[in-house]
Amino acid sequence: MALDTETLTHLIDTVRRFVDERLIPIEPRVEEENAIPPEIVREMRDLGLFGLSIPEAHGGLGLSMAEEVEIAFALGRASPCFRSLIGTNNGIGSQGIIIDGTSEQKTEWLPRLASGEVIGSFALTEPDVGSDAAAVALSARPEGDSYVLNGTKRYITNAPIAGLFTVMARTDPSVRGAKGVSAFLVPAGTPGLTVGKPDRKMGQRGTLTADVMFDDCRVPASAVIGGVAGRGFATAMKVLDRGRLHIAAICCAAASRLLDESLAYARERKQFGQPIAEFQLIQAMLAESRTELYAGTSMVRDAARKRDAGQAVTLESSCCKLFCSEMVGRVADRAVQIHGGAGYMADYPVERFYRDVRLFRLYEGTSQIQQLIIAREMLKET
Amino acid sequence: MKVLVPVKRVVDYNVKIRVKADGSGVETANVKMSMNPFDEIAVEQAVRLKEAGAAEEVVAVSIGPQQAQETIRTALAMGADRGIHIKHDGEVEPLAVAKLLKAVVEKEGPELVLTGKQAIDDDCNQTGQMLAALLGWAQGTFASKLEIADGGAKVTREVDGGLETIQLKLPAIVSVDLRLNEPRYASLPNIMKAKKKPIDAHEPADFGVDPTPRLKTVKVSEPPPRQGGIKVESVDELVEKLKTEAKVI
Ligand SMILES: Cc1cc2nc3c(=O)[nH]c(=O)nc-3n(C[C@H](O)[C@H](O)[C@H](O)COP(=O)(O)OP(=O)(O)OC[C@H]3O[C@@H](n4cnc5c(N)ncnc54)[C@H](O)[C@@H]3O)c2cc1C
Repeated sequence: MALDTETLTHLIDTVRRFVDERLIPIEPRVEEENAIPPEIVREMRDLGLFGLSIPEAHGGLGLSMAEEVEIAFALGRASPCFRSLIGTNNGIGSQGIIIDGTSEQKTEWLPRLASGEVIGSFALTEPDVGSDAAAVALSARPEGDSYVLNGTKRYITNAPIAGLFTVMARTDPSVRGAKGVSAFLVPAGTPGLTVGKPDRKMGQRGTLTADVMFDDCRVPASAVIGGVAGRGFATAMKVLDRGRLHIAAICCAAASRLLDESLAYARERKQFGQPIAEFQLIQAMLAESRTELYAGTSMVRDAARKRDAGQAVTLESSCCKLFCSEMVGRVADRAVQIHGGAGYMADYPVERFYRDVRLFRLYEGTSQIQQLIIAREMLKET
Repeated sequence: MKVLVPVKRVVDYNVKIRVKADGSGVETANVKMSMNPFDEIAVEQAVRLKEAGAAEEVVAVSIGPQQAQETIRTALAMGADRGIHIKHDGEVEPLAVAKLLKAVVEKEGPELVLTGKQAIDDDCNQTGQMLAALLGWAQGTFASKLEIADGGAKVTREVDGGLETIQLKLPAIVSVDLRLNEPRYASLPNIMKAKKKPIDAHEPADFGVDPTPRLKTVKVSEPPPRQGGIKVESVDELVEKLKTEAKVI
């Protein structure tokens, strides 16, 4: 690890305190208004949360993966919408530039992404392109020294507030599959780019997703990440590799919050003349959740360390994303069960988290897609 | 102007305090420690003075075990420029701390010392006053407002029954109260930068001070457990009980 223990502890403690004092108390308001209050957004900027994974040379903290997941364990205890706000800048919205961008692209965008001045969105999914991500259809027609983009992206996180879109588009229609895809950096406000109405989602209120439409949207050839066409899909997959570990850590954090809420409720709530925490069937649920949470955090830490040591962790990242997203689903289900009827009521955080965590099994690759990746990697090895 | 801010490492204010089984003190092993909240307010005020151009340098000083350096780092992450650590294991009493601070003041020559009004571990509320006495400086305690102008400090003090505003000549000691400001969260980049700011390490002997406690703690005990509540039938009964039993009105 690059940081000494004392500094890392100080970072984690500060995020924990911010979560407890500022974020958790404001959750009901965020749910009600479907928006994070501007003063909280400003505090998150001031704290430096937008630049966790962006290199120090470009104004970020340059945390290693092992350090980033520790911060995620702390931050993810608050409603997932807060981490979504900073999630794209630290993950899918900036990593493409960090991993494959030219030095001009880095200098132009990374400092503003690190400070949170610009919000980055990552646009891969389309109406007819989901799990089969290599089938990207949005077209980028070369014309002189520029490309003309036409098509629609779907469910794009932070699109309504984004200043920069990383857009996966097909530059070569004669090549099917991954090789014909390029990644473009398209600033919001580019003529021909419009953002649709925010989607009405099951949960994660406070985070907005929307369609992004491209209608003869012209961008210079220098907007291609890394300056070379045809490498976009490879970039996207590298980006998702890191993102999956981050999401897995967030799942663990949500599970730990759900477990704390469950424990507190089980101690307070009395039936048959005693706290329900005394009933062994309740204890079994608590123990089951705690064990799975421990397994999840352990595997995330292990994979993060391996990645920092330079190992390829495609398989491990997918194992973590698969296990932790499914795990938090089970923990959320038990949390509602432990709360009884109260768990079905919006007055209790577990009702909200139950809906919020459902997303983790869907995006950045569904559970089925993670299984396919894990199997593919194993079969490659043998 | 140079501002000196003494900071103390105490049991974190969120921790449920447990008394040691032998009654000799409170449990501090494996307990989360952090900066005394009133000292945090003092650091915040000093940093604000610097940001407003009223101060050039903010120096944080702590007397305590090796880990007190973490507390100094917190101050550095909030915006203090450098730290001074006087290493001492075991208990220190306000008078010893005040003597050590006097020595630091004589060495550093600050025009303003901002202290917390008290530390939340022993609630002594003495150090600032003792330091003012030892130095023969002006003091303003329990500050809820502080303005520096024309070579002086205007201090609004929270006193029983209201607010008192006094004008101090500098150099002065000001002890700060809860309502003076709301301390910032040290930003993550500043926490990382704090690592590179200097901390001077000293021992009490360097200043010719003997910190051996003069008081002996006889016994520490838990407060009596809270009695269960009761339901009253009427407002009249409530008022009656508040008068006769609780004796609060
Ligand atoms: C709230 C939210 C935010 C999002 N944010 C973004 C974003 O910022 N950027 C972005 O690009 N995308 C984003 N997405 C899109 C997300 O990544 C996709 O929804 C996801 O990849 C699944 O694609 P799909 O919805 O088209 O489902 P489909 O691919 O149609 O899948 C439907 C079902 O079929 C299964 N399935 C598909 N193929 C196979 C197979 N080969 N074998 C077995 N089962 C299979 C899936 O697992 C799933 O169960 C977001 C989605 C949501 C809901």
